[in-house]
Amino acid sequence: MNETRFAQAINRSLDDALARDSSIVLLGEDIANAGGTFAVTRGLLDKYGADRIIDMPIAENAIAGMAVGLALGGFKPVIEIMFMDFMTLTMDALVNQAAKLHFMFGGQGSVPMVVRTQHGGGINAGPQHSQCLEAWFAHIPGLKVVVPATLDDAYALLQSAIDDPNPVLFVENKALYPMKGVLTDDLPPTPLGKARIARAGSDVTIVSYGAMVYQAMEAAEQLASEGISAEVLDLRTVQPWDEEAVFASLSKTHRLVIAHEAVEAFGVGAEIAARMAQIGFDELDGPIMRVGAPFMPVPFARALEVDYIPSAARIIEAVRATDV
Amino acid sequence: MNLETNESIGISNARYPELLELYRRMVTIREAEKNCGAMFAAGEIPGFIHLSDGQEAVSVGVMASLRADDTIASTHRGHGHALAKGLHIDAFFRELMGKADGACKGRGGSMHVADLSVGMLGANGIVGGGVAIALGSGLAQKLRGSDGLAVCFFGDGALAEGIVHESLNIAQLKTIPVLFVCENNGWSEFSPTSTQITFTLERLAAAYGIPYYNADGSDVEKVAELTADVVEHVRRHRGPAVLEFATTRIRGHYEGDSQRYRNDTAPPVDPLAIARSLLEERGIDANELAAMETEIQSEIQRAVEAARLSTDPTLETAIQEVYAIVGVAA
Repeated sequence: MNETRFAQAINRSLDDALARDSSIVLLGEDIANAGGTFAVTRGLLDKYGADRIIDMPIAENAIAGMAVGLALGGFKPVIEIMFMDFMTLTMDALVNQAAKLHFMFGGQGSVPMVVRTQHGGGINAGPQHSQCLEAWFAHIPGLKVVVPATLDDAYALLQSAIDDPNPVLFVENKALYPMKGVLTDDLPPTPLGKARIARAGSDVTIVSYGAMVYQAMEAAEQLASEGISAEVLDLRTVQPWDEEAVFASLSKTHRLVIAHEAVEAFGVGAEIAARMAQIGFDELDGPIMRVGAPFMPVPFARALEVDYIPSAARIIEAVRATDV
Repeated sequence: MNLETNESIGISNARYPELLELYRRMVTIREAEKNCGAMFAAGEIPGFIHLSDGQEAVSVGVMASLRADDTIASTHRGHGHALAKGLHIDAFFRELMGKADGACKGRGGSMHVADLSVGMLGANGIVGGGVAIALGSGLAQKLRGSDGLAVCFFGDGALAEGIVHESLNIAQLKTIPVLFVCENNGWSEFSPTSTQITFTLERLAAAYGIPYYNADGSDVEKVAELTADVVEHVRRHRGPAVLEFATTRIRGHYEGDSQRYRNDTAPPVDPLAIARSLLEERGIDANELAAMETEIQSEIQRAVEAARLSTDPTLETAIQEVYAIVGVAA
């Protein structure tokens, strides 16, 4: 079996999508000639030409707005916003235009666009190149938000995102790009909105997504050595999130921890905790715990960032607090 | 009633319809908006509405050169654009009143009225919000290999928005067939534009290397004549152009605006009055014009009455269309 990196899985997914559907075009800063800051789009310009792999000037708002116009014009644009922090510059196009258009125009037309971006710390990129802002977008009716954790999901969920008739934010974690693994050939379609049981367990449910899934897996491994069986649920899609799967797991384990790299306050975990407290109250044998980054900007220094990003140890701490 | 595009009214040799037809289209917009103003004052139209009285010649004159497959992105002052591009008057009034059978099922209203079937990509509640959408639409035309184009309407107030500058640069950089049409009424909402920007659009276009043209936006023939030339240029060269029309905002920024900030005392320049006196000069009988105006008024009354009888939308239906359904083409 050939090993592939996470970034290459996304590259292959883009490549296969471009090959099968001529309405797909890529736009972004340094994606064509330079092949992308993290080499995710490398080689695509040579294969598909400058009419489909379009280098854009540093103008995020215009790039996102143009994607809306392209989508209305029968194309399926996949744009790259180099760092999730730069999404702040696309907010009008995404939030006021793309997200609302289908609804606001009474069901006329749709905006089948994908915004690829990457979040997360781990490379000391500092406060303006490391943020996990997915909860902002999950809060906007009309947007979908996907955060893959595995190579297979990076490939297959991107296919589904591209084929989705709605604007989809596809969030990659920069720390995962060099991760090696085996990309399954001929993957079946993976619908958005369905969680994956990454590890089955019976004592506690740890819900996570993106790179934090690996911290959750490490936590589960350590807990197993103490005789605690943790189920790790990888959400894969943050909006819509798989309420049914979380509830089913909670109904089995009766304890719930939600872990993500984003700031804990007002985050994805808060939404899941609130819903489960409401519909799963009778299933709970302990308090729902959240694990997220502290309420501070992502710090630069190695010594600071390493403590800032939630660890397996913090997830274990949270599991213990569920009265397991 | 539809303000039809050239193709559908069978203009063959002329580059744009004759003045009488342009006048008819302007009267339709004016009369429709007169009703909007009255219905807003009476509480029949909720929300915010921004009337385009004084700017009808730009809507009608520009649209006279567009085809059904050309697209436009509009502004908050978009009634004229929408009607001139072909939005049906029934769907228009029903939308402004928030009815279930409005153009947008009552979810957009005046500021978001759209009809994608005629290439009208929406009025827009965000100043400059439609500019990059038009740019993308123009790129779509180019990538598709058609000779269609996208027109982006914006006011002089939008010139202070970064997106206009980003879009001008990209349009020229990527040679995108998009026509930037600035309706310069001198007002940035409640402030004179002279207090808002330090440049002219002409100099800005020159900085980006984009061809720039201007004309009196109150003379519908001049608008149509210039636009016909420029549209031809954009179709042939597949690159952008900028058009600027001097217009008058006869009404306030929005209906209900007391306009205490306004001290322009000169009587407003009215494109309809200009066209009407030109028609009379050319020997069109005043009675004939009056009969046409009456006919338009009664047609609009009919549309208003029909809209009044339409039903209200329900939240249950609206929530079904927050997302387009996967696997179903919208």
